[in-house]
Amino acid sequence: MKNNPLFRVTTKVLFAPIILYGLYVQFHGDFGPGGGFQAGVIIAAAFILYGIVFGLSEVKSVAPPGVVQAFTAIGVLLYSGVGVVNVMLGGNFLDYNTLSYDAAHGQHYGILLVELGVGVTVTSVMMSLYYAFAGYKGEAGGAGN
Amino acid sequence: MTALLVDVFLVSMMVVIAILVLYTRRLFAAIVLTGAYSLISAAMFVNLDAVDVAFTEAAVGAGISTVLLLAAMARLPAEEKKGTSLIIAPLAVCLIAGVLLIVAVMALPPFGDPTSVVHQHVAPRYLIESDVKLHIPNVVTTVLASYRGFDTLGETIVVFAAGLGVFLLLSTGRRKKNDGKGDKDEK
Repeated sequence: MKNNPLFRVTTKVLFAPIILYGLYVQFHGDFGPGGGFQAGVIIAAAFILYGIVFGLSEVKSVAPPGVVQAFTAIGVLLYSGVGVVNVMLGGNFLDYNTLSYDAAHGQHYGILLVELGVGVTVTSVMMSLYYAFAGYKGEAGGAGN
Repeated sequence: MTALLVDVFLVSMMVVIAILVLYTRRLFAAIVLTGAYSLISAAMFVNLDAVDVAFTEAAVGAGISTVLLLAAMARLPAEEKKGTSLIIAPLAVCLIAGVLLIVAVMALPPFGDPTSVVHQHVAPRYLIESDVKLHIPNVVTTVLASYRGFDTLGETIVVFAAGLGVFLLLSTGRRKKNDGKGDKDEK
């Protein structure tokens, strides 16, 4: 599909707006529909579109598989890390009220960080699923069919 | 009334697509049809005022799943294996499960009934508190990330574990390289 100008130009034009929209869904989840799960899938979709049009090796040079796999764990660590910080500040696990001077602000910070953790994990898991499926070489690990 | 008509239209579309998926012999057509099925169910969720669910269904069901199924299809052989002719057991399981589901649906409270049991416990508190005390208009986000934060942490770990499982199952390349090195060291 790399040689088709229609696909190439469309992907190049759409790539940044898709990620921007994903970030909007991520950080606007408090006020409108959306949140980490949806935003993660949208951002991953941008990279997968890039991979489908320009090839797996191109998207792997943009987002190396090792970095993507590290981010799957970083998201979970960010989420549970918020809970651990809450415990250190004297509250219960995932009790966001302790994060700021009053409960409402604490909840805002907590929800923002936790949703960011969800978004990071979902984005990177979706991308590594795509890498695993698209790069699968068959049982023997040889040249495949 | 309009909402009901739209719902009936969407559900009948979904039934038609489901039958088409069963009858088509081409995998590519079946995968694209399941994508269309997800998109229509997303439209149905919008009609039921579940915008967050619709969002997820459109992104995951119609988007990512279709791409992953297509990527998996590319690894499959073109010829279908001859299936076994014994279909009575699966048919019986499907029928019994279907009948049980229909019986269970009849026991549910009417859709949108504010006096049903599930809407009497903690839901009123969440609905009032989220906007007035926490200033977060989207109650879905408050419930998901704060009131039910433990559940969402579990969900995130499930997503992480699923990704890890697929990675361990499908990535054979690196292990092979390491085996080769190990062999050389032993020799």
